[in-house]
Amino acid sequence: MSDSVKPAKELDVQGIVKRATELNDFSHLLEHVPYAKFIGMAVERFGDELVFRMPANDNNLGNPVLPAIHGGVIAGFMEMSAIVQLMVFMQTSKVPKIVDFSIDYLRAGYHKDSFAECRITRQGRRVANVSINCWQTNRKQLIATARAHFLIE
Amino acid sequence: MKLNPEFFPLTQLATRFVDQLTQCRRLGLKVLEASEHHVLIELPYSTELIGYPDTGVIHGGVVTTLMDTACGSAVVCAIFEKFKSLEISPTLDLRVDYMKPAIPNKPVYGFAECYRMTSSVAFTRAIAYQDSIDDPIAHAVGSFMRISPEMVGEEFRQALMGNETKNKGDSA
Repeated sequence: MSDSVKPAKELDVQGIVKRATELNDFSHLLEHVPYAKFIGMAVERFGDELVFRMPANDNNLGNPVLPAIHGGVIAGFMEMSAIVQLMVFMQTSKVPKIVDFSIDYLRAGYHKDSFAECRITRQGRRVANVSINCWQTNRKQLIATARAHFLIE
Repeated sequence: MKLNPEFFPLTQLATRFVDQLTQCRRLGLKVLEASEHHVLIELPYSTELIGYPDTGVIHGGVVTTLMDTACGSAVVCAIFEKFKSLEISPTLDLRVDYMKPAIPNKPVYGFAECYRMTSSVAFTRAIAYQDSIDDPIAHAVGSFMRISPEMVGEEFRQALMGNETKNKGDSA
């Protein structure tokens, strides 16, 4: 059942980011990444800030009895948020590559909308360090916090 | 891939556990083996999971989900074998190091073990690979909180026990 994929032509990351900035529509960026659609994430810009959103979605649940979002989905959402943050604010020419990702789960992620924001802690020539916070009803009650390193070129 | 599920008596339990998790069904995760020492899970390739559109490589988040699921199942199996009881342990933290991208159009395997358990925390590690476990895509370490078996809930317990309805361990 391997639906074979022909590598698409080189993705023009800078062009896409530039267009998204001009249109002030950053959802445009996520449309290029199938996994972002798979978990149903969205992004909005408030001035200089990007806030990422993952609406409640039955497919993202782990434990269906609680019900709670699968921890891996929360991690994937936060990782994707960090990638977009880097593409927009660091104007990388390629999609940053994940090197490591470390997440601490602080509370159960319930079956409702989740939000994330990122801070680029340090940007070197080859590696960037990003910290990501994720919350649901209250920004001060984080459900998870993470940090990650990405290779940028 | 050669399998010996009959050698690994907890494969059925781990399968039922993973099948209870909606996201894992969406990803098509399949438990190949499970014992009190380890769990091996297969993640099939799908274009829906692509994170790097120019290469077709799957998103790191999918590998993280595979690792979290494999480690969590390893904890369920280890506790079941040791205490004859069912506990669902939430993840406390998880760290994943990515050594190289997963090759498109091929499944990824997640091998996890629960290498240490205390009264309140279970410690796990996992490797994700494609062709050989000696050539890993990613390494992970995670710790899981142990919660009391009463927190599992009757519905979930029955789903996990399948036909083996007599849970001898309830009193343990």
